[in-house]
Amino acid sequence: MNFQRLRNFFGNYIFILPALALFLVFSLYPFLKVFQLSVTGWDGISPQTAFVGLANFKDLFTDNPVFWLSMKNAFTITFLALTVQNLLALFLALLCDRDIRGGNIYRVIFYLPPVLSGIVVGLIWNWIYDGNYGLLNHFLSFIGLGDLSRAWLADAKTALFSVAVIHMWKGFGWGFVILLAGLQSIPRELYEAARVDGASSWVMFKNITAPLMIPVFILVSILTILGTMQIFDIIISTTGGGPGYHTEVPITRILTTMIGASKFGYACAMGVVFGLVLLAISMVQIRVSRAMRQV
Amino acid sequence: MVWHWLSDRDDAFRELAARYEGQTGVKVKFDLYAPSEIYSQRIKAAVQTQTLPDIYGILGEKQDFASFIKAGFVEDLTGVLNAPDGGVPWKDRFFEKALGVNEFRPANPYGVAPGVYGIPLDMTTIQMVYNKKLYAEAGLDPASPPKTWEEFLAHGRVLRDKNIPRFVSGFGEIWMIDALASNWAMNLMGEEKVFKTYEGKAPYTDPDWIRVLSLFKQMADEKILVDGAVTMVNKTAEQTFANERAAFAFNGSWCVNVYKGMNPGLDYGVFPPPALSRAHPMKIWGGAGTSFVVNARSARKLAAVEFLKWLTADAQQAFLSEQTQNLPSNKNVSGQIPPVLAQFSVGMENVTHPNVYPVHESPEVTEAFDKGIQSILIGEKTPAEVAQAVRRVKEKGSR
Amino acid sequence: MDGILVDPTDVNYEKLKKNTVSFFTHLFLITVSVACIFPLWWAFASSLKTQGSVFKDLSLFPRDAHWENYVEAWTRADFSRYFLNSLFYTVTVVLGVVFIASMAAYAFSRLRFRGRNLLFLVCISTMMVPIPGSFIALYVLLNKLHLIDTRLGYILPQINGGLPLGIFLLKTFFDDLPKELEDSARIDGCGRFRVYWHIALPLARPAIAVLAIFVILAVWNEYLLAMLVLSNKDLMPLQRGLMVFQGAHITQYPLLMAGIVITVLPVLAIYLLLQKHIIKGITAGAVKG
Repeated sequence: MNFQRLRNFFGNYIFILPALALFLVFSLYPFLKVFQLSVTGWDGISPQTAFVGLANFKDLFTDNPVFWLSMKNAFTITFLALTVQNLLALFLALLCDRDIRGGNIYRVIFYLPPVLSGIVVGLIWNWIYDGNYGLLNHFLSFIGLGDLSRAWLADAKTALFSVAVIHMWKGFGWGFVILLAGLQSIPRELYEAARVDGASSWVMFKNITAPLMIPVFILVSILTILGTMQIFDIIISTTGGGPGYHTEVPITRILTTMIGASKFGYACAMGVVFGLVLLAISMVQIRVSRAMRQV
Repeated sequence: MVWHWLSDRDDAFRELAARYEGQTGVKVKFDLYAPSEIYSQRIKAAVQTQTLPDIYGILGEKQDFASFIKAGFVEDLTGVLNAPDGGVPWKDRFFEKALGVNEFRPANPYGVAPGVYGIPLDMTTIQMVYNKKLYAEAGLDPASPPKTWEEFLAHGRVLRDKNIPRFVSGFGEIWMIDALASNWAMNLMGEEKVFKTYEGKAPYTDPDWIRVLSLFKQMADEKILVDGAVTMVNKTAEQTFANERAAFAFNGSWCVNVYKGMNPGLDYGVFPPPALSRAHPMKIWGGAGTSFVVNARSARKLAAVEFLKWLTADAQQAFLSEQTQNLPSNKNVSGQIPPVLAQFSVGMENVTHPNVYPVHESPEVTEAFDKGIQSILIGEKTPAEVAQAVRRVKEKGSR
Repeated sequence: MDGILVDPTDVNYEKLKKNTVSFFTHLFLITVSVACIFPLWWAFASSLKTQGSVFKDLSLFPRDAHWENYVEAWTRADFSRYFLNSLFYTVTVVLGVVFIASMAAYAFSRLRFRGRNLLFLVCISTMMVPIPGSFIALYVLLNKLHLIDTRLGYILPQINGGLPLGIFLLKTFFDDLPKELEDSARIDGCGRFRVYWHIALPLARPAIAVLAIFVILAVWNEYLLAMLVLSNKDLMPLQRGLMVFQGAHITQYPLLMAGIVITVLPVLAIYLLLQKHIIKGITAGAVKG
């Protein structure tokens, strides 16, 4: 009996052992290294380094407005992604969840943007947004809104939104695939029963789809937050953070500090603070999800 | 063993390695790690594990170069450069300016023992180019590009009246803004005063600096810059100029090869940035484009030096220059390069670069300055505001 | 519809409504599709042009198509050398992530043990701290383990990288699966592992397909880690080949685009196969409720 219980106890851990082992080797060490370096003035090269205590953090919180501006920019893009991008993904997933003609083809097409490499995305959107020869400006003058045309990525008013649009265009395919899988695992019988009762599409969505999908919604929104807050490759290939600081985001700031200014320790401090912010957001999300599930 | 990041030169390097093995029996292996961001991570990581190769290149600011030296991974090559090699010292092969980038002078601000620590493979300069065909279309003389800022503005107006877009550059890469702005700063106030500013003995709010910033304000007011150039990466700017959608560009000598690929018929000339004053010479950025260093902890140091000597000899330099269309660092070869490329080597005596300045500005200040110019170009801030902001960053740094 | 008197039970009206909805649905879907296809088509069209014409002639159906670009891209990028490598890395990493993540996710979802919630949180928190300089730390670590320039040294960090997403995704789906089947299997005397393997895993097939799709794409497009870990060209993945066309100053756009089209096609083909499992999942084992 005791042996049985022991086996039972350890048997559960065996399931997580491989993941834990990899985590301990490949994640924990870099993780701790970052914490250790965040209290130093390391330049990324020297064999020795000076301990600076919390000076990096103090400067970051009191004297680095650009970092917090970049955080705000990332929040703006994330807010747009959470709403516009995910609603689009959900809407498309709902449409493709039905037995629609050509559903297979659409499902493949919506996955194209995530598949394309950053270099194509950068080239094509630079061309779309171009001030003189851009597709967007051509289109606007075609429909009689030529007054609106501008160099979208170089204009302080539009640069951040233009970048956000690229990100959402590239990102909605991910959410679409996950949401579709979630929708597909809802048993059809539930819908059929409801249809017999004469429920409309909206009622079915509200009463069947949405409640069952809450965990998947949470999953997608957390992944969206993490993915969007850490955006940087699109920015580097379109605006480089400019004009001025209008499209700077935390990761571009970290890279500039680390590579451009060779302040490795300081960059690690930025990484720690940024990571804690993301962790806090995710915790709130998970809490909210638990509360919602209990309702 | 050589590590490098020059993906477009990988084939040429491999070819040279094969030739070297044929001639000497010594095997040289080139490993490519691209793009350059990952390359610089890899060499920094290799410092920590002491696994750097025999020969490698260092990217980044001179500060980083100094850190590599202080960590003990870069051999001081002053001795071998001065030692006669077949009658003449090795260093006499190079353009003087080419070695400057790799040199640490006595009492340098980095605390590095004076000496030359790297071997240049090629040269670059960054200058203005103009489209001769568009010049002729506008009724301007295709043989006389603007010499002064006033002429530049005047030519710009002529071009504007003919609806020809004017000036493009990759100002999304802020170091290009920095290059142009510091060219003008040195022309206006002289090197001394610029360096004094870097040392913190003169403020960025000085009228001369505001004048430099105002040039960009003027550029914005006259709409000289092509729409969108403020955030353009240089490759896009190069497409614009190559496809004759801008009459001027500010670009480096590598562009000769770029333009040739995109538009072989492009008819253009090179000129230094239009001057503001005659009080001081117009400096341009340039010097060694690519350099290699020898790992001081390598067991094959001597062999590495021998290979670099061979690599910078006339025959190999001519081969590299022909294959990659770069200005060779070996001055004996410069007679054999194409005419437009040769135009880029005119004015080599006025070449300068942050890596040869006796003092250096901190990256934070430089960024604030360049980003500030972006803000001026989009009409968001005035030159005075930017000067104030840069001054604040400068004062914070010196605290 | 106001003012028009229609009997809602009228068959024609129903049909009309259905057709209208269907028309607008497809119109919307097609609009989004065009926005998604356009860049790939542009890349394809560009791959048939020359360096001189690629930014001058912006037509989407180039008149004289340079199909030979594909041959040149294939040989210059040395794809024959890299193709099998990428295939190997993709298969091993996907199997590793799916297997390890599904086990862990199953444990986090079904089994009770101490520190479960904390471990789960720690596990997915690795997704959140963007580790600047993690590359350097990783290199130092792999060097200590003598894994630099080995296949294993390239594979293991990628499996580890895929785990947080995998665990998070699969746990979400396991949480939603009905427990009844597993309970009855357990009563029949099946051990934990057999329940997981024979009952839970097949039920989670749609989620596993999703995970596989994501991991495949990530591994197939990976090259930064390869550049850090590997030196030997014979170990390098496919993306290394594309580097040939991207110099510091010169990018050979038509060849690069041809190379990109070549590398994208296998991913799309695999996606096409896998996404059927997302759909099939229900018909195969729809027993939820």
